[in-house]
Amino acid sequence: MNQRLPSAPARDSAFRRAVRRVALLRESPVGMIGAGIVLFWVLVAVLAPLIAPFEPNATYHPYARPGAGHVGGGTFWLGADMIGRDILSRIIWGTRTVLVYAPLATFSAYVLGILMGLAAGYKRGWVDEVLSRLGDVLLSFPVLVLYIIVIATVGASGVNIVIAITVAGAPGVMRIVRGLTLEIGSRDFVAAARLRGEPAWYIMAVEILPNARGPLIVDACLRLGYVTITIGVLGFLGLGLPPPDADWGSMINQARGVAMAFPHMTVFPCIAISSLVLGFNLLADGLREISLRD
Amino acid sequence: MVDAKDPPLLEIDGLSLTYVTRAGENPAVRGVSLTVRAGEAVGLAGESGCGKTTLALGVMGYLGRDCRRTGGAVRFQGRDMGALGAEELRRIRGSEIAMVYQEPSSALNPSLTVGAQLMEVPMIHGRVTGPEARERAVRMLADVHLADPERIMAAYPHQLSGGQQQRVVISMALLSNPSLLLLDEPTTALDATIEAGIVELIAEIRRTYGTALLFISHNLGLIRQVCDRVVIMYAGQAVEDGGVAQVFAAPRHPYTRGLFGCMTLPTAGRAARPPIPIPGQPPPPRQRPRGCTFAPRCGHFVDGLCNRAEVPMEKVPDAGPGHHVRCLRWRDAGAGERARQAAPLATPGEEILRVEGMGKDYVVHDRALGALVPGAGGRRLRANDGLTFSARRGETVAIVGETGCGKSTFAKVLMGLEAATSGRVRFDGADVGRVAVDKRTRRQLRALQMVFQDPDGTLNPSLSVGAQIGRAVKTLGVETDKAGIRRRVLRLLDLVKLPSEMAAFKPRQLSGGEKQRVAIARAFAGNPAMVVADEALSALDVSVQAAILELLTDIQRTRGTTLLFVTHDLGVVRYIAHRVVVMYLGRIMEQGSTDEVFAPPYHPYTEALLGAVPIADKGVVHRRVVLKGAVPSALDPPSGCPFHTRCPRKLGAVCETETPPERIAGAGHVIACHIPLEDLAAVEPVIKGAS
Repeated sequence: MNQRLPSAPARDSAFRRAVRRVALLRESPVGMIGAGIVLFWVLVAVLAPLIAPFEPNATYHPYARPGAGHVGGGTFWLGADMIGRDILSRIIWGTRTVLVYAPLATFSAYVLGILMGLAAGYKRGWVDEVLSRLGDVLLSFPVLVLYIIVIATVGASGVNIVIAITVAGAPGVMRIVRGLTLEIGSRDFVAAARLRGEPAWYIMAVEILPNARGPLIVDACLRLGYVTITIGVLGFLGLGLPPPDADWGSMINQARGVAMAFPHMTVFPCIAISSLVLGFNLLADGLREISLRD
Repeated sequence: MVDAKDPPLLEIDGLSLTYVTRAGENPAVRGVSLTVRAGEAVGLAGESGCGKTTLALGVMGYLGRDCRRTGGAVRFQGRDMGALGAEELRRIRGSEIAMVYQEPSSALNPSLTVGAQLMEVPMIHGRVTGPEARERAVRMLADVHLADPERIMAAYPHQLSGGQQQRVVISMALLSNPSLLLLDEPTTALDATIEAGIVELIAEIRRTYGTALLFISHNLGLIRQVCDRVVIMYAGQAVEDGGVAQVFAAPRHPYTRGLFGCMTLPTAGRAARPPIPIPGQPPPPRQRPRGCTFAPRCGHFVDGLCNRAEVPMEKVPDAGPGHHVRCLRWRDAGAGERARQAAPLATPGEEILRVEGMGKDYVVHDRALGALVPGAGGRRLRANDGLTFSARRGETVAIVGETGCGKSTFAKVLMGLEAATSGRVRFDGADVGRVAVDKRTRRQLRALQMVFQDPDGTLNPSLSVGAQIGRAVKTLGVETDKAGIRRRVLRLLDLVKLPSEMAAFKPRQLSGGEKQRVAIARAFAGNPAMVVADEALSALDVSVQAAILELLTDIQRTRGTTLLFVTHDLGVVRYIAHRVVVMYLGRIMEQGSTDEVFAPPYHPYTEALLGAVPIADKGVVHRRVVLKGAVPSALDPPSGCPFHTRCPRKLGAVCETETPPERIAGAGHVIACHIPLEDLAAVEPVIKGAS
C-alpha cells in the first residue's frame, strides 16, 4: 500500500502557541479594551508603593477638595476624606485588596464548583440528585442574605470573604460544569477510556475537564467581575476587611453621610469599582467572540 | 426527453466561490461550468470537501457572509442571478428553484404543524387563499405517497419518521411547481430501505412534473439511478462530466476511475473485485498543487507535464456528446491499472464468543422521578430479544440492520457499558453479559476493545495522539516504563501505517481517516482477542474507507483478531465478513456465512436490504425491492414476526400471531420465517451477473 504522508501541519513550541492564542485577542476590539483596563489595574496594584503619593492610612487634611495642595508638598488629586486620608492613595492601595481577594475567591469557587459539577455530571444518579438539589437550595437563597449569614457566623476577615463567595458562587459553577460534563461525557473518547479501565478521577480530570476549558475561561472572567462587585458590596455593608485597610467598598460606605456635600469621596471609588468590573466583562465578551469565530 | 437545442434552464459558467477566514482565503469552488436543461437530471458527485454543497448554495445565491463569488456567473432561464435584486431573487428561490437538504429534521420548523408549513408555500409564492393552499398541500402529500395526508397535515415534525419528514420536505419543495429542484444528499441521513423509497419517489416526480434536478450525492449508485448526466468534482473543480451511461461505462479521469475502484459492492465476493484505495487524501484548499490537483494521488502522474499549468477540460471524442475530462493523460489512464488480488481472509480458529438467548430491556419511565424508584412501573423497551450466535478466533462477524434494530445495544452489552437482562454472553469462557466494564479484569479489558463511529468524537481533542495511545498501553498494562511505552506507541502507529511524527500531533491536525487509524491503534494497544467496530467506516469517504478496511483485515490476518463489525453497509460486509447476522427490531432474522446470506434462500428482510442498495456497477442486474412504511417503534413491537408489518412476502394471519420458527438452511445458516425453505430458495436472486 503506498500511503503517502499527508503534509505535516506546522508545529511550534508550546510557548509560541500560547503567545499566538493570546494574540488572537487582537481580533476583538472589545476584548482588547477589556484587557487594557484589567491590565491597567493590575499594574496599579503591583506598583502601589511607587505611585501612591501619600500614605493610605495617614491623616492629612480632612475634607480636602480634589486638586487641593498639601502644606508638606504634593497635591490631593482626588481630594481627601473626612479624617484627611488621601483618596487617590487609598484607591491605589485598595486595588491590592480587590485584585487579591477577587481572583482568590473566584478560584476557590471554581475548585469547589468543578469538583461538584464533575461528580454530578459524570456519576449521575443519586450523586447528581443530591449535589444538584443542594446547589438549588443555595442558589434559591438571596445571595446577600447568604453573605450576611456566613460572615456574621464566622466574622469579617479576608479568608471569610473568600469562604462566603465560594459558598455562594460554587453552585453556579457546578451547573455549568455539570452541563458540560454531561455533553462531553457522552463522547466516544470517554467510552474508550472506560473500556480500557481508567479510574473515574482520570476520566473526569484528563478526559473531560480540559475539553470544557473554553466556556469555563469565559465564565471565569465574567464571574471575576461579579466577585469584584461583591467585594465592594461586602465592604460597603461593613462585612469586608476590618479597618483601617483601604477597601473600595468601605470607602464608599464611610463617605456615605457626606456624599451630597463632598461627592468626590464616593464618586472616585465608585468609578474604580465599575471600571474594573467593566474591564472583566469586556474581556469575557471578547473571549467569547473569539471562541465563537473559527 | 431532453432536447439539446433548448436553451439551458440553468447555466453555471466558470463559477468560483471562496470562503474568507481568519487564516486567509479558501477557494471552495474553482471555475465550475455545468448546464441543466429543462427536465434533465444532473448529478454532482465527489467526496466531502470537494465543493458540491457550496456550489449548490451558490446557485441559490445563498452564500453566507464569509463566502464570496470571485468569478463566473450563474444564469437561470437566461438571466444572470448575480445581477438580480434581493426581491427578484426571493421570488425565484422557492418558486422557480427549490432545495431539499440532507437533514429533514432540521429543514422543518419543529413548532409549526406540517400543514401550516406547507400552506405557506402556495400562499406566498402562488398568492392563493388559505383553503385553496390547503387543498393543494393535501394533494401534494398524497403525491409523495404519504398515507393519510390529513393526519400528516395536523402533525408536528417530531411526530413523523425521518422518511416521512423527507417526503414532506420534498412535497414542500414541489408545491410551488419549481422548474429546478436542488437535492443536497437528500437520503444520506436515512436508512437504506427508506432511501430506496425516496429515490423511487424522486424518479417518479421527474416523470410526472418534468422538473429538472441537480442531484448532489457522494453515492455513485444513487446518481446512476436518478440522473441523465453526471459531473464529478474534486478539490473544487469539475474533473469529468458526461452522460451517466458513458461515464459509468468508461470513466476517463484517474480520480473517477479510482472512485469506482475503491467501492465495495454487495454484488461481488471478496475474490471477484477487491476495492483499491486511492492513496493519500484531497489537498486542503490552500495547499493544492500547481497544475492538476489530483496529481499527488495519481498513478499516471508525469513530472513536468501534469504539474506545469492548469489542466483544461478536454473533450473525449469517442464517447457520445458532451463527455469532458480534466486530464492530460486520460488516453493512457486505463492502461497498467493494478489488477489487485485480495489477500484471503484469516482462517477462523476455535470459538471465542458465544451469545445464548441474550435479551436487553430498557425500562422507559414517563416521569423523571420514577427513575429514582427501583422496580417502579414503566414501559419496557426490548432492544435485544433472544440473540443467539457465536464468533470464532480470527473471524469477522458482521451484524447488519437498520437504525433501531438493536445492533449498537448488543455492542454496549458485550463491552460492559450496559448489562444484559436475560441470557448469557460468554466471552473467552466467562459470562460477561452482566459484568460492568469497571468490574472486569484487566485481562478481559485488554482482550475486548472497540472502534467507534464518529472520527471526530473518538479522540480527546486536548491530548496528543502519542499521549492517547501511550495511555492505553499503560492502563492496559502492556508496558510500564516510559521507554517501553514510547516504543510500543511507535509500533502501533506503524501498524496502522501512520508516520511516527504523528505521535506529537493533536487530533484536530488529522483528517477523518487518520483519526480513525489512531482509534484503531488505540484499540489494538493491548493486543485484543476481539475488536468491536461500531459503524467504524460509515463516516468516512469511500476512498478512505477502502484503505481502513484493508488495514483491519491485514491486522486481523497477522494477529488472529476476531472482528465484530456492526454496520449497515452491505458492500463492506460482503468484502470482509466471514459470517453475517441480520437483525430487525432487536431480533435476529437470519444468520449464516456471507455467501449464504447474500444468495437465496433469503429472509424477506435480507432480500429487502439487498434490494435497497444503490449499485453503481453497470454490469449488474439488480432487482430493486422497496419496502413500505417505517420501522415500528420498539416500545410497541408488532406481535408474531416483527417484520410482518412491512414484509412483501407476508403469508397471512400466522405471521401476525406466531413467532416464526428458525429454519435451518445449512450448517449455521438460520432463517427465522414462516415461509417454507423451498419457497424462500425459489426466490429470484436480487443481484445477478457480477462483472
